[in-house]
Amino acid sequence: WKFLPSPQRNSGALLAGRPVNVRDALNQAMDEELERDERVFLLGEEVAQYDGAYKVSRGLWKKYGDKRIIDTPITEMGFAGIAVGAAFAGLRPICEFMTWNFSMQAIDQVINSAAKTYYMSAGAQPVPIVFRGPNGSSAGVAAQHSQCFAAWYGHCPGLKVVSPWNSEDARGLLKAAIRDDNPVVFLENELMYGVPFDLSEDVLQKDFVVPIGKAKVERRGTHITLVSHSRCVGFCLDAASVLAKEGVECEVVNLRTIRPLDVDTIEASVMKTGHLVTVEGGWPQYGVGAEICARVMEGPAFNYLDAPAVRVTGVDIPMPYAKILEDHSVPQIKDIIFSVKKVLNM
Amino acid sequence: TLLPSPLLIMVASSRSYADFTPEKVDLHRLEEGPPLTATLTREEGLKYYRTMQTIRRMELKADQLYKQKIIRGFCHLYDGQEACAVGIEGGITLSDHLITAYRAHGYTLTRGGTVREIMAELTGRRGGIAKGKGGSMHMYTKNFYGGNGIVGAQVPLGAGVALACKYLGNDQLCVSLYGDGAANQGQIFETYNMSSLWKLPIIFICENNQYGMGTSVERSSASTEYYKRGDYIPGLRVDGMDVLCVREATKFAADHCRSGKGPILMELQTYRYHGHSMSDPGVSYRTREEIQEVRSKSDPISMLKDRMLSNNMASIEELKEIDIAVRKEIEDAAQFATTDPEPPLDDLCSHIFANDQPFEVRGATPWTKLTSTS
Repeated sequence: WKFLPSPQRNSGALLAGRPVNVRDALNQAMDEELERDERVFLLGEEVAQYDGAYKVSRGLWKKYGDKRIIDTPITEMGFAGIAVGAAFAGLRPICEFMTWNFSMQAIDQVINSAAKTYYMSAGAQPVPIVFRGPNGSSAGVAAQHSQCFAAWYGHCPGLKVVSPWNSEDARGLLKAAIRDDNPVVFLENELMYGVPFDLSEDVLQKDFVVPIGKAKVERRGTHITLVSHSRCVGFCLDAASVLAKEGVECEVVNLRTIRPLDVDTIEASVMKTGHLVTVEGGWPQYGVGAEICARVMEGPAFNYLDAPAVRVTGVDIPMPYAKILEDHSVPQIKDIIFSVKKVLNM
Repeated sequence: TLLPSPLLIMVASSRSYADFTPEKVDLHRLEEGPPLTATLTREEGLKYYRTMQTIRRMELKADQLYKQKIIRGFCHLYDGQEACAVGIEGGITLSDHLITAYRAHGYTLTRGGTVREIMAELTGRRGGIAKGKGGSMHMYTKNFYGGNGIVGAQVPLGAGVALACKYLGNDQLCVSLYGDGAANQGQIFETYNMSSLWKLPIIFICENNQYGMGTSVERSSASTEYYKRGDYIPGLRVDGMDVLCVREATKFAADHCRSGKGPILMELQTYRYHGHSMSDPGVSYRTREEIQEVRSKSDPISMLKDRMLSNNMASIEELKEIDIAVRKEIEDAAQFATTDPEPPLDDLCSHIFANDQPFEVRGATPWTKLTSTS
């Protein structure tokens, strides 16, 4: 059974649906969850009257008002702490970081106040909070605005960390995150905001959620497994299309969740294909791909590997500005194709 | 012994020690402050006495157990500052909220914890208030959010609790405490700003015990007038060794919050007898004479005791009986805390996530598969 790629990347959904871009999927998810539960509210810089720095929260302030959509001053450590405290006291905040780069100012509140509290209190104090915002590289925003935090937050027990790729992921994972009684780090991608995807009627149901901790096989294949998250999933599918013309069938796994990692799905795929390439936008050292390789080494899938597992990653440098340099700082489709052929000894 | 139980007028603040001499309430951006006289009933007096004495004895017992290595890690003791915790609780109710930093044993008690479960937490036993998972700095009760180890982080958290109070419209408020050391933290100023903009029902309280670890206030702060550091936030400074001063100031602050005026800042001038923690002898940056002077002239428990005795609100015997009862309570708690078993290893990975299915946790080796339950 071969995947039939469609020009609109409808992720295998054969039912006709309206194309919804990732931004609107996030917007609709928040709108529905705000309506469903009065305790949910959104705070962050420009989320209210500006309609969101990237327009993700467009229309929400007009609909829900000052009480539930709150513009904050540019004080991440303070407002992240306030969001966590509100979660302590029974509300369900969505705390937006304009980009995840700015979360470094508030990272103590995310890790020490949010992630660890349920454990330290031996279950007395849950923390039902979502931190969300765009993560990773964008276009021309240079070094301080381009870092990927999947590995940083994925490292920490007490957090759930998700990284949606398409609109179905964005919608379902955000709903799941808001409904989760635990701290969720929600890593969006600015370059995906404007990309449309068909959504089936099922996905558009108000109670549609994508379970946190479950990866999705976006394309079935037999020769090699590509594991990725966020925007790079699209690159993997593109690489798979090109490779298919040469008779190489790639299985593409969309992680959807960074933590907890769905090792079972990865292992099942590797045990079928015998080859593994991980693809991520973040830096290589101590990254998501490193973790996947280590897990495969330590588990049953190792015995099925016919070649060492390798990683395709961002280049190990701060992000440069000039377009030609930036293009060469991130994994490109040709890097994925090259790596697949190397692993398959082609 | 039956004694008449008159309502009594007490005069606030009439003692001095070391570097400062508060003779009145200091106000910042406030036309008037709390009343300079307060009424103490016999019942209240005995309650405050007993609670302060309980905190005192509990902390001294913790000192003992620490030196015997039965308590380990960090242990930040509160003896000397009892009037703050007890006075604050006297000005709010248990349906209000409170959060503090790591010198938290006293607050855990005033917020509804028992000596038993506090001590068993210090000794890391399963009967501890956090089942041995938290330790000295991470104790929680209803409407008490710890116990926080990162200096200053608790202040924005407290404002978040206050935001929830306002959001839910429940007329409750949040008391957010920090020390003179934390008072310079940027996130506190961020919190002042947002609390004021959004008129959150928060009482900021700076427990100024003169020293942030080994650094005196003069060496850490360009301005040591902590009650003014909120700038546009009204502030008041009172004697934190006098439980009535603290109570009246807290009541005043609570009224301010509940009337929708937004935040207010209180500075309590207080003193800790112990060093910063059990690993700090506390005498390299201050003199023993200073500590002794505070003990003899300004001890919060002695002050309350003297007032009650000199106003015939209680007899010496009655107070001695309370002392004996408290001693027994502490001994029983210590007994429990030293004999209760440690947490079961099954509990190692539990309480990572709330309301979740059990899941596997990687142990120290790839073959060690542990389970986490909610």
